[in-house]
Amino acid sequence: MTSIAKPPVKHPSLQKNALGLTKRDYEGAMSTLCAGCGHDSVTAALITAFWELDVPPHRAAKMSGIGCSSKTTAYFMKQSHGFNSVHGRMPSLTSGANAANRELMYIGISGDGDSLSIGLGQLCHAIRRNVQMLYVIENNGVYGLTKGQFSASADVGSTSKRGEANQQAPIDPVLLALTLGATFVARSFSGDKTQLVPILKAGLRHNGFALIDIISPCVSFNDHEGSTKSYKFTREHEVEVAPIDFVPLRKEIASESGAAGGLTSVTMHDGSIVRFRQPNSDYNATNRSNAYTHVKGCIDKGEVATGLLYLDEGGTTEMHTMNRTVKTPLVDLPFSELCPGSKALEELMAEYR
Amino acid sequence: MPTNVADPRYYHKVVDCQWGCPAHTNVPEYIRLIAQGKYAESYLLNRESNVFPGILGRTCDRPCEPACRRGRIDGKPVAICRLKRVAADLKGDIDEFLPKPPAVENGKRVALIGCGPSSLTVANDLRPLGYAVTILEKRDQSGGLMRWNIPSFRLPPEVLDEEVNAILDTGVELRYNSPVTSMQSLLAEGYDAIFVGSGAPKGKELVLPGRHDGNASDVIHIGIEWLGGVHFGHIEKIEPTVLIIGVGNTAMDCCRTAKRLGATDVKVIARRGRKHFKASAWELEDAEEELVEIIEHHAPKSFVYANGKLVGMEFEVLEWTEQNGQATSTVLETKVIPCDAVILAIGQDNAFEWIERDIGIEFDKKWDMPVVDKATHQSTLKHLFFGGDAAWGPANIIWAVEHGHQAAISIHQHCQSLPVTDRPAYGMNLVSAKVGMHAWSYSNDYNPSQRQKMNHEELVKRFASVHTEVELGFTPEQTAREVERCLNCDIQTHFEDTLCIECDACVDICPVNCLTIAPAGEEDELRTRLMAPALNLSQEIYVSTALPQTKRVMVKDEDMCLHCGLCAERCPTAAWDMRKFELVVPYAFAKPEESGASGTLRINR
Repeated sequence: MTSIAKPPVKHPSLQKNALGLTKRDYEGAMSTLCAGCGHDSVTAALITAFWELDVPPHRAAKMSGIGCSSKTTAYFMKQSHGFNSVHGRMPSLTSGANAANRELMYIGISGDGDSLSIGLGQLCHAIRRNVQMLYVIENNGVYGLTKGQFSASADVGSTSKRGEANQQAPIDPVLLALTLGATFVARSFSGDKTQLVPILKAGLRHNGFALIDIISPCVSFNDHEGSTKSYKFTREHEVEVAPIDFVPLRKEIASESGAAGGLTSVTMHDGSIVRFRQPNSDYNATNRSNAYTHVKGCIDKGEVATGLLYLDEGGTTEMHTMNRTVKTPLVDLPFSELCPGSKALEELMAEYR
Repeated sequence: MPTNVADPRYYHKVVDCQWGCPAHTNVPEYIRLIAQGKYAESYLLNRESNVFPGILGRTCDRPCEPACRRGRIDGKPVAICRLKRVAADLKGDIDEFLPKPPAVENGKRVALIGCGPSSLTVANDLRPLGYAVTILEKRDQSGGLMRWNIPSFRLPPEVLDEEVNAILDTGVELRYNSPVTSMQSLLAEGYDAIFVGSGAPKGKELVLPGRHDGNASDVIHIGIEWLGGVHFGHIEKIEPTVLIIGVGNTAMDCCRTAKRLGATDVKVIARRGRKHFKASAWELEDAEEELVEIIEHHAPKSFVYANGKLVGMEFEVLEWTEQNGQATSTVLETKVIPCDAVILAIGQDNAFEWIERDIGIEFDKKWDMPVVDKATHQSTLKHLFFGGDAAWGPANIIWAVEHGHQAAISIHQHCQSLPVTDRPAYGMNLVSAKVGMHAWSYSNDYNPSQRQKMNHEELVKRFASVHTEVELGFTPEQTAREVERCLNCDIQTHFEDTLCIECDACVDICPVNCLTIAPAGEEDELRTRLMAPALNLSQEIYVSTALPQTKRVMVKDEDMCLHCGLCAERCPTAAWDMRKFELVVPYAFAKPEESGASGTLRINR
C-alpha cells in the first residue's frame, strides 16, 4: 500500500500509440494492494495491452467481483466504464452488460476465490454462453484478503505460510474451460510480461469468451518455500508451449523467411493474426484433446503449462450470434424500437396463449 | 559489467548539482535544512565547501543550475543559488560555529599573494591547523575581484566584509598596500610555502585604429579597470551614450553600472550570436530588464572622431555560417554606431611581470604562464603554489574556492614533508532514509511548483545609486515553494540484487519508466531496450549483477529519476531502499578516512 500519489511527470522519450496516448494515459488509481503483488504486474500488462491495441479507454468496460484480484479494475484505465459486482457474480453482470451493448470491449477480472469457489457456476455458464469478453483469473492459490487460507486452486501438498499442507484436489480453470468448450484458453504468469502481453491482446481480439489463468503470486501469504504458486516455483516449473506474437490488423505482416519452420498463424475475426512460433515444438494449439492431454500431462509432472494453450477462432459462436440479437447497442436504438409499446406486447403474449 | 556503487563517484554523479559544483557543495542537504528553517545549519554546511555562501548566493556562476535534474523535468532548474542566499540572509548569529584561532601554532609560515577568494580559502583551511598565514594585498581593501569587479548593486559590501572577516578573524595577518614586486625577494623571506592567488587582473586591450586618438584616454575604458575606478570612487559618472564591447559577465556588470552613472543609452556589442555569448543567461536577462540593448553580429573596426571627440565606432556587420563545427563569417556591410564613451570588456589576462624568469619557476613558452600541476597546484618550485585565476586564467569565484581547498591540502602535505601527489581520498556515507511505514526522512512527494522568480528593486530606485541592491531575495512563501522543487537527488535508489524476487513492482510503478529488468548486455545496446530508451548519454545507467531467479539484470536509467521513492515503497523485499548519500570531501583540516566514512576512493576529475 502506498500513500503518495504517482507523480504526473513523464519520461520525454515515452512513446505514443495511434491515438496519441502514452501508457501513462491508461493508468488508473494508485494500487492499494500489497507491495510486490502479482496483480499489480497484471495491471501493468493490461495497460500495455490496451495501449498497444490503441483501444480508446472510454470504449472498454472493466468488470469485477470481490477479492484482491477484483480491485485490479480500479488500477488501470480510469476513463473506462466499470462495474464492481457482488462476489462471484461478475460473469452474469458482464453477460448482461454485453447483451445491452455489444460494442464495448469487456474485460472481467476475477481471482481463484471469486471464480473457482463462490462464482464457479457463474464462470461455467459464461463459458457456455460464450460471452465476448476477456476473462482474467488472477490465480494465487490463497484467499489473501482473509489472511491466506487455501483456495480451490491450491495444489495437493502445497503448504500454507504456517506449514500446513493442502489435502483437497484443486480445480484447474484451464482444464475446466477446455472441458466446457471454451474457444480461447491460456495460462500465463504475472512475472513474465513478454508472454502475458501478446496473450492479453489476442484474448481481447477473440470472437467469444477468452479465458486467461494468470499465476499471480501473493507476496504476503503464498510466496514461500512449499508454495506452488510462488514467483520462484512458477519460474522453475513453467513450461511454455509456444511463444506467440500478436500481429494487429493495421501492421503490415512481414513474411518470415528462413527459420519459419514451425510457424503457425491463426487469423482472428477482425483480421489480426496470432502467430505461434516454436520451430521445434509439435504442440498443436488448435486441437482441444491435444491441449487437454498436454496440460494434464504437465500437471501430473508437477509442471505449469503456459502460453496460449487452445484457440479455435473459426468454430466459435459468441452469445449474440447464438441468440440472434440486434446488432445495435440498446442505448443507440430509437425508443420506439427499444420499447415497441403495449400493442406489440399484446401480440407477443398472444403467441404463447 | 555490474555498476560499482561502492565507488563514491557513482552516487556523486547522480547528484547533478553537487557533481557540477567545482567545490562539491552538498546542495540537496542544504536545501532540506532551509526547508526545515535551519538556516544557520544550512549556511554552515555551505560554508564548509564553498566558504562564501552569502557572496556566492548572489554572484555565483551557478554551474549547478544548468546541471540540475529539475531542469530536465520541467525545464527550469531549482533556484539553488538564490536559496543559498536565503540561508545566508536568515542565518542569525553563527559566530560560535565559525573557525577559531588555533590553540597551538604549528610554527609554519605561509604567504598568500592577493586577498581574493582563492587566497582566503587557503587561509580558511590552513589557519585552524596552526599555520601563521600572511596575506599580501596590493590595495587597501580585501576581497580581490569580488570587491572591485562585482558592483555593489549585486553584492553589498557588508556581505563581503562579513565573510572575509570571518576568515581574517582567525588570526590571519593581512598586509594592505603591499604589492609583491619581486618573487625573488619574497622567496628570500623564508616562508615554508607561498600561494599565488593574485588573479587575472589585466583587462584585454582592443588594438584598433583610433584607440588612442582625440579624447580616447577620457572616454575609452578597460572594463575591469573602470569597474575598479567606480568602486574606489575615482569614477562617478559616464557620458550619456555608451557602447560596451564584449558580452561576458564583466560586460554585463559594465553596462548595468553605466546605467547607474548617468548613461541613458547603453548598447552591448557582440561579434557572434546569442548562443555563443559568454555571459550567464540570467545576467543577460538582468541587463535587458534594465533596458540595455544587446546587438549581435557586429565586429569592431575603428573608433570614429569629430573634432578630436569620440562620436562613434565603426563595425562590420557579420553573417555567420557554421559548417562541420567551424564558424565562418562574411561581412555584409560596415556601419557606424554613435556613442560618446566605450568600455572594452573582452577578457582578462594574467600579469606576472613581478616573477623573475630565472629563479627556478618554469613558464609555459606559448602563453607565458607558470607551469602548474592541475591536481596539486604546485609550480616547478616545490613550495610555490598557484590557484584561482592566477593558475590557469580567468574562471569564477567557485573555481577559485576549490583551487584554494586543493592548494591548502598540498601546502599541508608539503609542510609535513609528505608528497603533494598523495591526495586524501573522498569518502561517502550511505544511510537508509526510511523512518517508518510510507515515511521517509525527506519530502519524497513530487511537487509541481514552478521556479520562483526573484523579486527586483524597481528600475527608478535602482538607477538612483550604484549601491542599491537589485535582488531583494525570496519571500518566505517563495522559499517554501522553491525548496519543495528540489528532487533530493542525494537520496539514492539503492539496490540489493540478492533480495530481488523479480516481481516487477518497481518497474510497474516508476512514474518515469526508468527501471527495467532485462537480459544483460553491453551498455550501448542495453540502453536501447529499456522501458524508456536511455538516450541521455551524459547520465549513467545502473546495472545490477544477475538476479537470483532468472539471471536477468535490473537496469536503472538515472536521467529522469524523480527520487520519489515509489520503487522502494513497492518493493516487497526491500531490495530497493532510499539511502541518503553524503560525499565526504577531504580538506586540509579533515580527512574522510579519519572520520570513519565508508567506501573511500579517489575521485579524479
